[in-house]
Amino acid sequence: MSINGKAFIAGAYEHPDREIKGKSLARIHAEVAYGALQDAGLSVDDVDGYFCAGDAPGFGGISMAEYLGFSKLRHIDSTETGGSSYVVAVGHAAEAIAAGKCSVAVITLAGAPRAAGMRVLGGGGGRGRGWGDTPEVSFEGPFGPNVLGFYALAARRHMYEFGTTSEQLAWIRVAASKHASHNPHALLRDVVTVEDVLHSPMVADPLHRLDSCVITDGGGAVIVVSPEVARDLERKSVKILGHGEGVKHTNNGHIDLTYTAAVISGKQAFEEAGVTPSDIDYASIYDSFTITVLIQIEDLGFCEKGKGGAFVSDGALESPNGVLPFNTDGGGLCNNHPNNRGGMTKVIEAVRQLRGEANAPVQVPDCQIALAHGTGGTIGARHGSGTVILGQPDA
Amino acid sequence: MPELPVFPPTVSPEAKPFWDATAEGKILLPKCNDCGTVIWYPRTTCPECMSSDVSWFEASGRGTIYSFAVVRRNGGPWRDALPYVLAYVELEEGPRILTNIVDTIDLECGQSVEAVFADTGEGNALVRFKTV
Ligand SMILES: [Zn+2]
Repeated sequence: MSINGKAFIAGAYEHPDREIKGKSLARIHAEVAYGALQDAGLSVDDVDGYFCAGDAPGFGGISMAEYLGFSKLRHIDSTETGGSSYVVAVGHAAEAIAAGKCSVAVITLAGAPRAAGMRVLGGGGGRGRGWGDTPEVSFEGPFGPNVLGFYALAARRHMYEFGTTSEQLAWIRVAASKHASHNPHALLRDVVTVEDVLHSPMVADPLHRLDSCVITDGGGAVIVVSPEVARDLERKSVKILGHGEGVKHTNNGHIDLTYTAAVISGKQAFEEAGVTPSDIDYASIYDSFTITVLIQIEDLGFCEKGKGGAFVSDGALESPNGVLPFNTDGGGLCNNHPNNRGGMTKVIEAVRQLRGEANAPVQVPDCQIALAHGTGGTIGARHGSGTVILGQPDA
Repeated sequence: MPELPVFPPTVSPEAKPFWDATAEGKILLPKCNDCGTVIWYPRTTCPECMSSDVSWFEASGRGTIYSFAVVRRNGGPWRDALPYVLAYVELEEGPRILTNIVDTIDLECGQSVEAVFADTGEGNALVRFKTV
């Protein structure tokens, strides 16, 4: 069974704040859930499916269902794949709707690490104990594997095997910063140059500070509905054409750092959607670091493996004139990476592009097909990926 | 190079032979008696063939750097050790294992390294590496 055309995204909402003090986590989930429902023109009484991940407080979504006032739920899913959870959840919601298990599904993300004092990535990583019974922890934690180090390991190996350079990675940040300059909500709105990136301090060689994403509070939500529900709404919906997910890990001591689970999730999503990378008008690509973007672009098939460095250079990712307009909200690198989980904002910006509601200077003209891709966990060890391909309602 | 912090591991029942051997400066690896797979990280079920017939053999302690990162930002007990090297070392026996290189940050992928053992004070040691 295919989900192609069986479900639509009818509402999307990104929390406008980047630092949120004096609100509980549940309250922030409520703000984004209600924001997205209002965007769709729906109410809590219409909701019969709820999807959340590890950021939701309480008991696997059940606490949040109560807080939010969802009293007609007949489907619940709390799949946890880190930052990609919300891309995976769009696929799972479409599957549930296609199977008749629900007709109005809400997906939420919220968090406030910035208000809690987190300002830089990479603090406190690495101990031998903790994380309960996590089986790998004693063989990794004692060596100080923070998130910066894990992504730097992948960057180093890519450079070694394919000759990728720091300059090439810097072009990814440059494009994101130009897009963010048009986003009034973006945390960082200054345009940066390749030189700015290369002159920013090394945080974990070969990655610089400006190769890293921002740390922000907030979150977002999307509403996935059946074709019948979508048809009766005034607001423009976006059709879900395809979805894929995948898991990659250290593979019994044979980790290969040159690719991610996007190889698995992307292939499935393209097949289900019946399109190819050259059909994609706009792509939201997970951008915890510049290297994340580069490797995933290769894995999704936008260019050959190892050629990502050349592909992303010289403005190729800039909207609207680049070869592959990406992350037109400024992405996790410059705009927003709420709760260190970037998948939700990837979906939301793809919806904006298809609705023609991106910030005007970066709106892709006649955007017909968009992709949103997320990676959660770390590409330096283990992660889960999700890819969705979206189109116009009549696609 | 600053001294790296030493964290005692949680020793699972299945990985105890590995940890016990580190106290004597040895790396013991589990190997599946049914399919011949060298298993990493240490456990006594085979992720290739589901066998639980696993025995232990001594590795050479030599390997090459598969990848490395020079970490310049971290908190807690790692702050005083900055910059330190996080690396995957590919053992001669095959597995790529996460570790530290302790003697220099001036490294290349493919470089040869050998094991050194950092006593945790709990009857075992962490397996780190230095250049040869
Ligand atoms: Zn076996």
